[in-house]
Amino acid sequence: MNRLALFVPLVLFAGLSLVLLLGLDKDPSELPSALVGEPFPAFNLPALSDESRRLTEQDIKGDVMLINVWATWCFACRIEHPMLNNLSAQGVKIVGLNYKDQRASAQTWLADRGDPYVVNIFDAQGSLGIDLGVYGAPETYLVDAQGIIRHRRVGVVDERVWNAEFSELYERLTGGKQ
Amino acid sequence: MTALAPMTLCLLILSFSPLTFAVAEIVEFSDESLRPRYQQLVEELRCPKCQNQNLADSNSPISQDLRREIQRLLEQQMTDQQIKDYLKTRYSEFILYRPEVNKNTWLLWGSPIAVVLMGLLIVVRHNRRVKPSLTRHVPVDSRDQQRLAAMLRDEENQR
Repeated sequence: MNRLALFVPLVLFAGLSLVLLLGLDKDPSELPSALVGEPFPAFNLPALSDESRRLTEQDIKGDVMLINVWATWCFACRIEHPMLNNLSAQGVKIVGLNYKDQRASAQTWLADRGDPYVVNIFDAQGSLGIDLGVYGAPETYLVDAQGIIRHRRVGVVDERVWNAEFSELYERLTGGKQ
Repeated sequence: MTALAPMTLCLLILSFSPLTFAVAEIVEFSDESLRPRYQQLVEELRCPKCQNQNLADSNSPISQDLRREIQRLLEQQMTDQQIKDYLKTRYSEFILYRPEVNKNTWLLWGSPIAVVLMGLLIVVRHNRRVKPSLTRHVPVDSRDQQRLAAMLRDEENQR
């Protein structure tokens, strides 16, 4: 028997170990995003501030903006909120998607913590949430002027995440002007 | 009689265990034939938030929403495949506990077959190497034949 053939199991084992080792580095809670590169889904929902005002996907076209999924029951949104206020102060347009929330408590939240949003979509049933594939607030989408989703972040956007994932793409899409 | 008391207690505790309360919501269908399909779908689709549970097992709000969504889509006469595609375009392939065969999953689907084939190959090769030694064919000439006959005869006589 060829002596080299004796090493086949060892090589197979080493290969398997390498694959598993690389797997350790991945965050299993991060889902591959199905919607990046796709148009923002169509919707027709009321505004948070005004029940009679209807918002549709047309309202988020024409400008590069962030869509931020949030709710008052979402603890991480509390941590994220100051960052959104910051971004808004820097001129970043943020549309809120108030997800499965109470209208009154959401309005109180914005009155207490400041309102970084251009406008808020009020999705009480979570229907737009399902169309977006939302599985945990907060989530943030970067949408270009044509209404195409360019990036998605599940979890808190803080300074580090903004610099690592959003800022460069945002600059490129806006052409440096804000 | 006294032995019954601890047993009753055990039964009582069991009946209040979380198992009994797992997903006991009542789902109403306009047509009862949808129910087995619903059951099949919620068992085959994965909760996006809780990683290792299917929609049937999970009580997380997102699973509740998705179960309701599946019920709604079934009532709209969508086929199972259409419902899976509908959820896949939103939650990505992650949601399918039985992934489709494509360029990302061929290794996953193919590896059991590959392992079985490899095992067969090893068994066949092993047998081929071992067999000849067991049933080795020894050429015998007439002289050997006579000696063998004589030996056997001796043995017969000794008994």
